[in-house]
Amino acid sequence: MSSSRTLSDHDDSSFFDYLLHRRPDLVPGNRDWNGTANPLWDPNRPHQIPQPPHGTTVLALKYREGVVIAGDRRATEGFQIAGRQMEKVFKIDGYSAMAIAGTAGPAIEMVKLFQTELEHYEKLEGVQLSYEGKANKLGQMIKANLPMVFHGLIVIPIYVGYDHRRRDGRIFKYDITGGRYEESEYHAIGSGGKDARSTMREHYRKNLSEDETLKLALLSLYNAAEEDVGTGGPDLIRGIYPTAKVVNATGITDVEDQRVAMLYAELIAERKQEG
Amino acid sequence: MPLPYYVSPEQMMQDKAEYAKKGISKGRSIIAVEYADGILLVADNPSASLYKISEIYDSIAFSGAGKYSEFENLRKAGIRHADLKGFMYSREDVTARSLANGYSQTLGTIFSQELKPLEVEILVAEVGQTGRPNELYRISFDGSIFDERGYAVIGGRSEALQGYLKEHYKAEGLTLKAGLALCSAALENITNQKLPLEGLEIATLERNRVGRKFRRILPAESRQILT
Repeated sequence: MSSSRTLSDHDDSSFFDYLLHRRPDLVPGNRDWNGTANPLWDPNRPHQIPQPPHGTTVLALKYREGVVIAGDRRATEGFQIAGRQMEKVFKIDGYSAMAIAGTAGPAIEMVKLFQTELEHYEKLEGVQLSYEGKANKLGQMIKANLPMVFHGLIVIPIYVGYDHRRRDGRIFKYDITGGRYEESEYHAIGSGGKDARSTMREHYRKNLSEDETLKLALLSLYNAAEEDVGTGGPDLIRGIYPTAKVVNATGITDVEDQRVAMLYAELIAERKQEG
Repeated sequence: MPLPYYVSPEQMMQDKAEYAKKGISKGRSIIAVEYADGILLVADNPSASLYKISEIYDSIAFSGAGKYSEFENLRKAGIRHADLKGFMYSREDVTARSLANGYSQTLGTIFSQELKPLEVEILVAEVGQTGRPNELYRISFDGSIFDERGYAVIGGRSEALQGYLKEHYKAEGLTLKAGLALCSAALENITNQKLPLEGLEIATLERNRVGRKFRRILPAESRQILT
């Protein structure tokens, strides 16, 4: 608390920057692995080290009042199934959510850091960041993870939220360098992302209702699971279904398992009739 | 080279304490009371944007009296401490006790080592979960820490306020309405004037809220609560 501090020492409301300064070892992607490269890692033979779990397909669609974001539950380790109940859609704050594809460990770490970052800012400043501000901050965090990408630990999210200034839901996708791109209708990423996108392209219309959008989200995941080994479909035996959240002006709501199960029952009945 | 004047340590501490007390006594007061569903914090604060009460973590609130720039710094340091701890370990590992200890250390060190002591008094409150009692810590300018029960007061007229609360505070089944009425009556009693609700900064830590328990109560709502 010395007297020589100026405004620039005081205007730091970022938890990420604080962590970088105080505990760089806790910042995702900031581990100094260069030079003393991981002895187990050989880019020519990546299969030699055990693969960390990967999350697979997640997607988001805009609808009349906001955004629906959903993801399957499967985690894979190479050709093995690492988990059947993985949660890939996370609430970040009262009005935004994030879904992740890629290496599960660093991705979940990034979610936790991003949640803390936004809450930290809100508490220090007394107001929330704008949606645009939140999306930019996430881009910077993904950029900081870039060194890890060269070790095969890739984290790619979709970030959705309700923008109070524009009174609209918004979808942002990212690339590994932290590049940030807005999608105006829908997007899907992960191993089954392409398959999910082709379903959405076929059926998406502007101003869908919440029910219609949710149904389309689930159908897209279902189709992705049919085409892609990495994506898990509804597991009727164990009762494990994809998870979804709805973000609109009133906040975030989790879609209950029961509602998802019912929509899947409808979908499957339709398929049987067609077949 | 001129010889430095000799000042006895006793004299120096006494002077510093006097200086700090003088600074704090100029400020307005803040009251925290335990009520049935949590903790209520009320500050005599005419500004609607420069807060004296604020959220630190899920169930922890902070308030500071005295010099704004100094307790604002302490508030920010507290949020950083809490968020770092919650990020490193788990949300439930962030406690008011550890935070209050940190403040006590900081204030104590500054009081004994720096030329100018901080002119602040700090209150850290934590609402108890799952049957655990609430915690109220008051930390004064020299780092001494007090564990309070039922109610706590910091700021300018704290002795008079404590006297008033000792007489009128009843822990049993105190509702939010009764608590708010008590605090506003106490503040009016010592200032000898009617305080409009706009001049009070009010916040609660509500035990039954999901997630973050801290909530600001704006004048419109406080009027509703009191009627």
